[in-house]
Amino acid sequence: MNGLAFGPFELALAAGLVLVNATLSLIADLGIHRSILIASARMVAQLLLVGFVLGYIFTSADHWLSLLVIAAMLCAATFEVGSRQRSRLAGPWHYGLSGIAVSSGTVLVAGFALLTVADSADWTAPRIVIPIVGIILGSAMSASSVALNTMFGGVSAERAAIEAQLSLGRSRAQAMKPLMQRAIYAGTLPVLNQMAGAGVITLPGIMSGQILAGANPLTAAQSQIFLMLLLCAASTASVVAAVWLAARSLSDERDRLRLDRLQGR
Amino acid sequence: MQTQPPTLTAKGLKFQSIGPVDLAVAAGGCLALVGPSGAGKSLTLKMIADLVPHDGDCFIDGTAASSMPAPRWRSQVRYVSSEPGWWAPSVAGHFADPKTQADAMKRLFLDASLLSAAPDRLSTGERQRMAFLRAIEDRPKVLLLDEPTSALDPASVTAVEEIVRELMAAGAAIVLTSHDPEQVERLADEVLTLKKATEMAP
Repeated sequence: MNGLAFGPFELALAAGLVLVNATLSLIADLGIHRSILIASARMVAQLLLVGFVLGYIFTSADHWLSLLVIAAMLCAATFEVGSRQRSRLAGPWHYGLSGIAVSSGTVLVAGFALLTVADSADWTAPRIVIPIVGIILGSAMSASSVALNTMFGGVSAERAAIEAQLSLGRSRAQAMKPLMQRAIYAGTLPVLNQMAGAGVITLPGIMSGQILAGANPLTAAQSQIFLMLLLCAASTASVVAAVWLAARSLSDERDRLRLDRLQGR
Repeated sequence: MQTQPPTLTAKGLKFQSIGPVDLAVAAGGCLALVGPSGAGKSLTLKMIADLVPHDGDCFIDGTAASSMPAPRWRSQVRYVSSEPGWWAPSVAGHFADPKTQADAMKRLFLDASLLSAAPDRLSTGERQRMAFLRAIEDRPKVLLLDEPTSALDPASVTAVEEIVRELMAAGAAIVLTSHDPEQVERLADEVLTLKKATEMAP
């Protein structure tokens, strides 16, 4: 394999491109130079830091350390999903719900993925566990974030329709079904789009990365297929968990709609 | 009219600053809840239907609401909102059997073609009448009517009241809220005045 490697020289060239953009913004008064420069500097710092940290973890090969990293990743994703919601459940259960949704899909599917590669590699090695969990977690995170946004944002607008059904003697599951279906659709849409566009509109990240690193395109395609299917499964699982928990939290055991448990607009 | 044992009784209904409310309605009877806006008329109806959390309990023919699943309670004790919600793409999708509605729709001056229309294509008054028909389709024992004719012209008001009286004659118990004292006079055989809560919840 004679893959590409990007050293300080190439990185400096790429940074030059961003500087050109910023200069253009200054000249043409586009007002984006500040945000471009800050975002780029932040990204460089974050990725270099992660590179160092992962390098350390991979050489240490300490399982407890990788568990700790995974736990930290799950916490960060939970916070992202929870804090992204403009209307949210009152109390700590809001983050509890976000955490369960994100973790359930991730842990389930990452576990499955790791067991399938158990034969060919040491699946407990940090250099395998951490990237796999990370990529699946990212997908589960954005999917459940969108789904919860639809549930929490939509339930107030659907109040009359839901209460009308409850008044007629329907259960909360029946009355909330249209909203739940809409939220599940919204949550799975990004991964559906990603699969639909894969290879036709964009070359997906893993595949591009492997090809650039010198892999045979068919091998790269196979890894991408494996991964896409996992992302689809993880997104769906997390979305279903998120929507189900949200519907339970927005209603009670007497089949009432409980908008009083929602706060913020 | 001889006194019947009450079909619906409510004891100690209370939610935040509203209540406690006690009431009883016999089969064929109509109780009107009156009082200023904010006195909790709608909320009391919603408490009876168990649509909002509350203290106290309601009974139908002696059986407590809390002793049965809420959907079963609400299929006998039917709340009809003054701002009805719609969930299906067509009006017909809100009825168990839309074909049986033709006569009642004609009585309420509603064109049969409304059934196939989307709910948001109807006027406010048309929606209010269709929601009334939807609520009485399975002839619940108790009807909780929240401003049932607030958006209707005089002819439609008369037609709705006529149907309400027929339901009472067939044994339904009615709890009504209305801003129209004449409607209360025409329909109710008992009136319960709710007072505005003097102390507001903090």
